[in-house]
Amino acid sequence: MLLITCPWCGPRNETEYHYGGQAHVPHPESPADLTDEQWAEYVFYRDNPKGPFAERWMHSVGCRRWFNVLRDTATHEVLTSYRLDEPRPGGNR
Amino acid sequence: MTAEPLPEHPDFLWRNPDPERSYDVVIVGAGGHGLATAYYLAKNHGITNVAVLEKGWLAGGNMARNTTIIRSNYLWDESAAIYEHALKLWERLPEELEYDFLFSQRGVLNLAHTLQDVREGVRRVNANRLNGVDAEWLEPDEVAKVCPILNVSSRTRYPVLGGTFQPRAGIAKHDHVAWALARRADELGVDLIQGCEVTGFLKDGDRVVGVDTNRGRIHAGRVGLAAAGHSSVLAERAGVRLPVQSHPLQALVSELHEPVHPTVVMSNHVHVYVSQAHKGELVMGAGVDSYNGYGQRGSFHVIEQQMAAAVELFPIFARAHVLRTWGGIVDVTPDASPIIGSTPVENLYVNCGWGTGGFKATPAAGWTFAHTIATGEPHPLNAPFALDRFTTGALIDEHGAAAVAH
Repeated sequence: MLLITCPWCGPRNETEYHYGGQAHVPHPESPADLTDEQWAEYVFYRDNPKGPFAERWMHSVGCRRWFNVLRDTATHEVLTSYRLDEPRPGGNR
Repeated sequence: MTAEPLPEHPDFLWRNPDPERSYDVVIVGAGGHGLATAYYLAKNHGITNVAVLEKGWLAGGNMARNTTIIRSNYLWDESAAIYEHALKLWERLPEELEYDFLFSQRGVLNLAHTLQDVREGVRRVNANRLNGVDAEWLEPDEVAKVCPILNVSSRTRYPVLGGTFQPRAGIAKHDHVAWALARRADELGVDLIQGCEVTGFLKDGDRVVGVDTNRGRIHAGRVGLAAAGHSSVLAERAGVRLPVQSHPLQALVSELHEPVHPTVVMSNHVHVYVSQAHKGELVMGAGVDSYNGYGQRGSFHVIEQQMAAAVELFPIFARAHVLRTWGGIVDVTPDASPIIGSTPVENLYVNCGWGTGGFKATPAAGWTFAHTIATGEPHPLNAPFALDRFTTGALIDEHGAAAVAH
């Protein structure tokens, strides 16, 4: 079980959270101008790295707030967590 | 019921050649799908100058640790067609491969615990019948006749309100399936090369012309990827982005017991699926862990929930001991259907996205993937499962019939 730190509530067990997939996927700025390929990319394509991955979690049985976690998908190590308005630590998205 | 004896192992199943410098076709991944693809390339298309490259050992990934369930009771026409083709191939493969891998058509029950489950189940039975797939709707008392150890009392938290039953479904001995395919592919001239990891792709413009491996450079006319959980990592090295997410999928087996469980039972709602292996282990699976991962292990609470569901459905399992658990990595697509076809890179083909249910499809995945690689065109059965459906929107949404939450 993962031990995840909510930026507001502190470290809690994974079972308190809901997973939200890749972080930092912005909604298209002008949706009407997108091609089918660009829509497919926005709706269906996500990164799937073996290594550090910035992802969203929600503290669903706690403060109910979304936040971001940087986690290594190969080792399961939770590297850091941060608020939605903060950039990914170490740059790169 | 009596436990069936396991088949004897033949002395030698395949050669262990060093890689040649060039092949007509290179398949990446020597799991069930890669081996079946090589077998059908040779058998159906006469293409025998083929190498199957495996970074670990043959059939040592998800093929070595899955819940071995075979069924074809999918909802949509496209899925019913390809999984039913697989089931028909399974029914003749032991004879064709001259290897008894204990394909046991003991049937599969998909339980309904809510009114919505009942409606979905009845709809699926009707859809299956229209597609020529055997299916029945069973009321709780009929469910109890098929599987007497199931608790169909109305006093459980989620009572069994009925279930779909596919009598031709069943299980097979997964390792023996792989070895049977490997032996025959080897006899037909295919090189099965273990300990050979693909580290990169050789390209000539937009065309793939070979692979780099830890055992040297191998040129190839065509390359097929069949790497399951690592498909997107591999495809990325060729410059191809796939709409898949990799998740840990856990399962477990108990110690050996007398034969008590005559069929396969699956439940979407309380989420567990159980069968009893030929030797006597109870084999149980659940859904995927929610997060992406390649660590080949998952979280304990997933196992805890699946066992709670199993004990509620099968009270006699309460004192069974877990022998081992494992986590495999499955690649999940947005519509819970596989991707089999060409990629934006010429001569590079992909078979991936089977999620939690690739084992049952092994022969049909091999059959259609071999056709696609051999001819450069999709087989009618895999044409709907092309990568471009995520752009056209022609999705095949099988989240319901996939039966495992992902």
